[in-house]
Amino acid sequence: MLYATLLVPEARMRPPIGLLKPLSATNPHRLPSTVARDDEHLLVAAAKRGDTHAFEELVNRYEAKIFRLTMNITRNREDAEDAMQDAFLKSYAHLKEFQEDSRFYTWLVRIAANEALMRLRKRRPNQFSLDEPIEGEEDLVPRELEDWGPSPEQRFAQTEMHEILSQVIDKLEPDFRVVFVLRDVEELSTEETAKALGISIPAVKSRLLRARLKLREKLNRYFRQGGAN
Amino acid sequence: MNCKGVIREISDYIDGELELPVRQELERHLEHCVDCKIVVDQTRLTVDVFCDSKPVELPADVKFRLHDALHRRLQEKSN
Repeated sequence: MLYATLLVPEARMRPPIGLLKPLSATNPHRLPSTVARDDEHLLVAAAKRGDTHAFEELVNRYEAKIFRLTMNITRNREDAEDAMQDAFLKSYAHLKEFQEDSRFYTWLVRIAANEALMRLRKRRPNQFSLDEPIEGEEDLVPRELEDWGPSPEQRFAQTEMHEILSQVIDKLEPDFRVVFVLRDVEELSTEETAKALGISIPAVKSRLLRARLKLREKLNRYFRQGGAN
Repeated sequence: MNCKGVIREISDYIDGELELPVRQELERHLEHCVDCKIVVDQTRLTVDVFCDSKPVELPADVKFRLHDALHRRLQEKSN
């Protein structure tokens, strides 16, 4: 029996996959995120058996997060969209090779991060390398030590906050940004991040430390008492 | 531990990955160093605000093209 039929009763009423319209942004049939974590392996198993609705459910569930990831890495909408599309298509093409020793989402993030990095390298050849060791510790000296007051993030509306985060991450160097995005936005472990990027654990840690410190300084402009000027 | 040492360990401290003796040494430093306390607290908040940020809804045109590409691939496979 099709997994999607078990999961979503309305699926019985659905037209064949080729006739499906994209889900309306205002009416997604996404399940709560806690369910997503619990039943992901069932969806993957069903998709591996050829249940296209199950795979589409995985796409619906993760498309916004994967687009955020590719956008955060490339900082270019066209590249981000291409990277996201290719990541989903490649994950479908190679689904049978997915060993299920990690979450499907983590595997998908790895594919998407590589697609995004490929495009970033094309646009900015020789501009960044994840392999180069970081020399010296001068950049670790904190500047801009100002009081942020209690809960500074609550001074901003959600859309305003989104704009601030987008602006500060945009200014971060790509090799720091990529590591930060995987570790602190997508919440991969240090080991998963190292594996996804093909770099060592110390290289992840050193870039993550610098990324966090740099972002703190950049956020200072918005969060300090008195706000951005 | 001096201020430089705190900054070097700040990531592992925030992630709760420091060995107990190092963590205790760092926290003893924070008790009397206002600047380091500011950096630690603000770096932790920096991680939190990004970590808590929700992905925005996929733009409708991007979503349409993704599902269109997916459907075409699924159809190719079934033919």
